[in-house]
Amino acid sequence: MSAVQTDEKVRHARPSAAVSGQAAPWFRVTVLLVVGFVFLIPVFAMLEYTLRGTTGGYSLEHWTGLFAPENPRLYRNLGKGIGNSLLLMLLTIGYVWLLFLPTIVLVQLKFRKLARAFELLTVLPIAVPAIVLVVGLAPLYRIIAQMTGGDVWTLSLAYGVLVLPFAYRAIVAELNGMDAATLSEAARSLGASWATVLIRIIVPGLRRGLTSATLITAAVVLGEFTVSSLLNRMTMQVALIQVSKSDPYAAVIVSLLSLLTVFLLLFVFASLDPQRRRDRRSARAARRAGLGAEALKKKEI
Amino acid sequence: MKWLGLTPFALYVLLFLAIPTVLAIGTGFFTADGSFTLAGLAALGNESVLRAFWSSIWVSGLTAVIGAVIGALLCIALAGARPRGVLRRAVDSASSVLAQFGGVMLAFAFIATIGIQGLITTLLREQLGIDIFADGVWLYQLPGLILPYLYFQVPLMVVVFLPAMEGLRREWAEAAAVFGGNSFTYWFRIAAPVLAPSFLGSLLLLFSNAFSAYATAAALISQGSQIVPLQIRSALSGETGASSSGSAGALALGMILVMTVVMIGYSAMQRRAARWQR
Repeated sequence: MSAVQTDEKVRHARPSAAVSGQAAPWFRVTVLLVVGFVFLIPVFAMLEYTLRGTTGGYSLEHWTGLFAPENPRLYRNLGKGIGNSLLLMLLTIGYVWLLFLPTIVLVQLKFRKLARAFELLTVLPIAVPAIVLVVGLAPLYRIIAQMTGGDVWTLSLAYGVLVLPFAYRAIVAELNGMDAATLSEAARSLGASWATVLIRIIVPGLRRGLTSATLITAAVVLGEFTVSSLLNRMTMQVALIQVSKSDPYAAVIVSLLSLLTVFLLLFVFASLDPQRRRDRRSARAARRAGLGAEALKKKEI
Repeated sequence: MKWLGLTPFALYVLLFLAIPTVLAIGTGFFTADGSFTLAGLAALGNESVLRAFWSSIWVSGLTAVIGAVIGALLCIALAGARPRGVLRRAVDSASSVLAQFGGVMLAFAFIATIGIQGLITTLLREQLGIDIFADGVWLYQLPGLILPYLYFQVPLMVVVFLPAMEGLRREWAEAAAVFGGNSFTYWFRIAAPVLAPSFLGSLLLLFSNAFSAYATAAALISQGSQIVPLQIRSALSGETGASSSGSAGALALGMILVMTVVMIGYSAMQRRAARWQR
């Protein structure tokens, strides 16, 4: 009697336990395969395109032509554009670290009342798209050009605004997660200055958020086209468009390579698990300690 | 003295965000010699400008809806994967690259795929006898924007919607099970209402993303100004003649108006979504 009852209970419990909160495996596999396949087609098409020989069939001539340039004039602007973009990237990352980060920390810790308004401010560059901003930047940069000669580095000042929403989000998410307020109060009550709090408490705790803010900044700056092209500055994307008109193969090769490089960069970063690294480090420390103990033992003998 | 720490940032934002925004809108209200005018605004009623706004809105709307649906399906499929597994890391990184880095390069990708000599174009023509450009080469026209735009809209949906999917708690599925629900009731009566505000918010973000996108369109369409950002390009480069900077200002104002409406809707959705994220 009781055995039957439990049996029934189990049978009754089984269908409801099937609410896993996850999609069915066949659904997940199908969606991932179909979408993954469709999204890989353009990547494969780019590769195929660059391997086409001028006389039909496949060859590596476009690749070798790019890397051993017999006519460097064709690619001179491309090299210059890539150099400029890298310089702009470094400068913009500098603003994120030296200007945005301290301000965000200050607002979050000392001016809590401003936090909401500050967040709205950081959304503004999304509401005012780059193509709109550039209309107002054009007269501003005419003045800047008169003052500084209009070197390419001045563009980085506009780029800071473009990356602000992304950098803010990456940093703030991590800042809220680490309970920065308590930590900084503790440090302050032990006599640390604000600079010490920022450099020795906040920054080490924000490693992940700062790294992802830095990577996003790099990606946005290297891919930027709107502002630089309409303000007539030579950056990587502007140079790519120029090159594509005379040598579409070179443009596709550089595009493919940069897409893959940035993908790999982000992928490697995502694979760096601080938890795992910390474990490995402490394991190493333990091993060293163990070795030390053994060495000691040997000495004793 | 207390506020000193905020001054550098405040000055920076004033110079490179506030002033350019005011200048962008302001140029629409002034003539070249500096007197106030509403003539720039009249340009917004121009037939070609209205058509560009309409094109921008429907291309953005269409790619936002399709991108949001495909992206959401992808998020549902990914939700079960280990958060630090290879699959999740690969999808996360690929999404960031396509959504935040692509731009001009995505245009090249599609020229290589469905351009006149593209891989898919030639495959279809030579193997199946289908000419996708039988009615003209649409890749360099307005319809040509749809596929490249989806190529960054779907990844952006993954970037913004996946965190919301991960906000779904296991306990809710268990609660559904305890009360005798099945997977169907869980997805349609618990997950769907909880995710609805996030989904609509993401949809609006996708719309604003496509609406403000310039690079991909500029790289594909070198002639004509079918969408508003391309109209701004021709106004800035002086192709349209005399009142060019004024009309750039008017176009900028029009874009900001549309974006403001979209962002207000977005923040309302964000507030509703936040209720479940505590």
